[in-house]
Amino acid sequence: MAALSKSSRRILGGIVHWIVLVVFAVVLAFPFYWMFITSFKRTSDLYNLKNNPFIFNERPTLEHLKLLFNETLFLRWLGNTAFAGLCVVTITLLLAVPAAYALTRLTGRWGQRVGIGIFLTYLVPPTLLFIPLSRIVATLGLQDSLWSIILVYPSFTIPFSTWLLMGFFKSIPRELEDAAMVDGLSRFQAFLKLVIPISLSGILTVVIFTFTLVTQEFVYALTFISSAAHETVGLGVPVFLVRGDVYYWGSLMAACLIASLPIAVLYNLFLDRFIAGFTVGSVK
Amino acid sequence: MSALGRQRWLGPAMFLPAILYVAALIGVPFALAFLYSVGDVKVASVGYHFVGLENFRSVLQSPAFRTALRNSFVFTVSSQVLVLIGATILALALKDAFRGRGFIRFLILLPWVAPVSIGSIGWKWILDSLYSVINWVLIRFHLANEFSPPMWLGEPKLAMLSVVLVHTWHMLPFATVIILAGWTALPKDIPEAAAVDGAGFFRRLFQIEIPMMRPIMNVAVLFGVIFTFTDMTVVYILTRGGPYDTTQVLPALAFFTGVLGSDLAEGAAISIFVVPLLVVVAWLMLRTAHRAEVT
Repeated sequence: MAALSKSSRRILGGIVHWIVLVVFAVVLAFPFYWMFITSFKRTSDLYNLKNNPFIFNERPTLEHLKLLFNETLFLRWLGNTAFAGLCVVTITLLLAVPAAYALTRLTGRWGQRVGIGIFLTYLVPPTLLFIPLSRIVATLGLQDSLWSIILVYPSFTIPFSTWLLMGFFKSIPRELEDAAMVDGLSRFQAFLKLVIPISLSGILTVVIFTFTLVTQEFVYALTFISSAAHETVGLGVPVFLVRGDVYYWGSLMAACLIASLPIAVLYNLFLDRFIAGFTVGSVK
Repeated sequence: MSALGRQRWLGPAMFLPAILYVAALIGVPFALAFLYSVGDVKVASVGYHFVGLENFRSVLQSPAFRTALRNSFVFTVSSQVLVLIGATILALALKDAFRGRGFIRFLILLPWVAPVSIGSIGWKWILDSLYSVINWVLIRFHLANEFSPPMWLGEPKLAMLSVVLVHTWHMLPFATVIILAGWTALPKDIPEAAAVDGAGFFRRLFQIEIPMMRPIMNVAVLFGVIFTFTDMTVVYILTRGGPYDTTQVLPALAFFTGVLGSDLAEGAAISIFVVPLLVVVAWLMLRTAHRAEVT
């Protein structure tokens, strides 16, 4: 190495850098390429072992998409997911926004402690709670209904959202509210008319985050909901798009692609703020 | 009511609804899980009888449980080791700005941001017994026998390997972005001073940057361990614990026993085994948070 000049070393470094990036990107994104190509391949092409599977050997087709939209409950699942997402987002905002504000501003030192306590409940996994919760859901008469997950999902979206919003509210200068209160607003009015409008970007992060969690959750939906018509997309696609032992891979992969890409794009836009929630305390 | 009195009342009025909601849907079932595990609850049963540690005794005697417990550790440790190594390398490659970074980052994030159940079903197709694209490549390069290609999800060892690798695939982006966040926040002066003093790339990496990154790597590992040890999605979709329970993990076994098998008590007893790990992780996390608060 010592014999290498500085510039050739830099070139070598650049090559290694790109090799690492390309290898990781290809491996990590490959399943999505695979979903894409499977979705548009003719069945005869798909199941011919002689064909090169990486390319279209016959003309692409829309038959799998037609099957997906016309003969399965896919649209219904998308609708269910959107509806459940909307409800969970509403509940989360109504409870988490005031809670985060109160814990940052109105409770002094132990507000932070309570905040950490709430955040830690985010660690309690669904796989520990699903058995008792299935009974609670049954007692409430919500089994096999979309309302079961609308009730339960806020239990993990509220903790994380509260924590995330506490970080936001902390960064708002106290003087702003004090000035507003001197001008005659009550504390609660200042919260409604001043703090919420300037925290819209934080609130939007919570909306996106909550919505993606609703689409990603699997265990509770699997436990509480048993009929295909009431599923969300994250459960309906992998569990109910299979008839007996027959996988309709073309339609299945099309469903996977449609269900994951929009969420991925949204999530990507808000990722940095989301990660900040996990790293608060260990990064300064 | 005086302004001060109203303010004292306002705080609790704003945070109590959230706390009560979480307490009702996490605290109550958490307590119930313990209660079930020492009782005799079945799906249709009405009464409750205390049976002491009976469920735990029967669980511990079952070979399926012991396999699942061992698998859970294998699954968690091996995937987290792979994730940590992969994520550190990847974060290193991504930390400086370069043309196309946004797009590469998007591709790399896909496994984490797409619903994991859907990513797993994608892998199920890639690992298909007949049409696996991996086998097609292996056969093309004469690395596998055309007439008995590897059954990725059908042979115990390969199935475990597949489950671990798919979970690693899913978790890698998450650890990468956390480590990346830590790297960007790292003070630049110390590594730069070391570079001026003649410390090479690897020396700086292993003796300065990685030690400085320890707190943030802890965060990535702690979350990773929890999200892995308590997850059943990848296993459920790829193998359902098979072949012959060889890839069964604790959460999936709890699901099959407690939810599908209707034996709530035994299912609860199985899932209770994740609690010690949760406690340790929560404690470590509080310590990290506390240390950051003090310094």
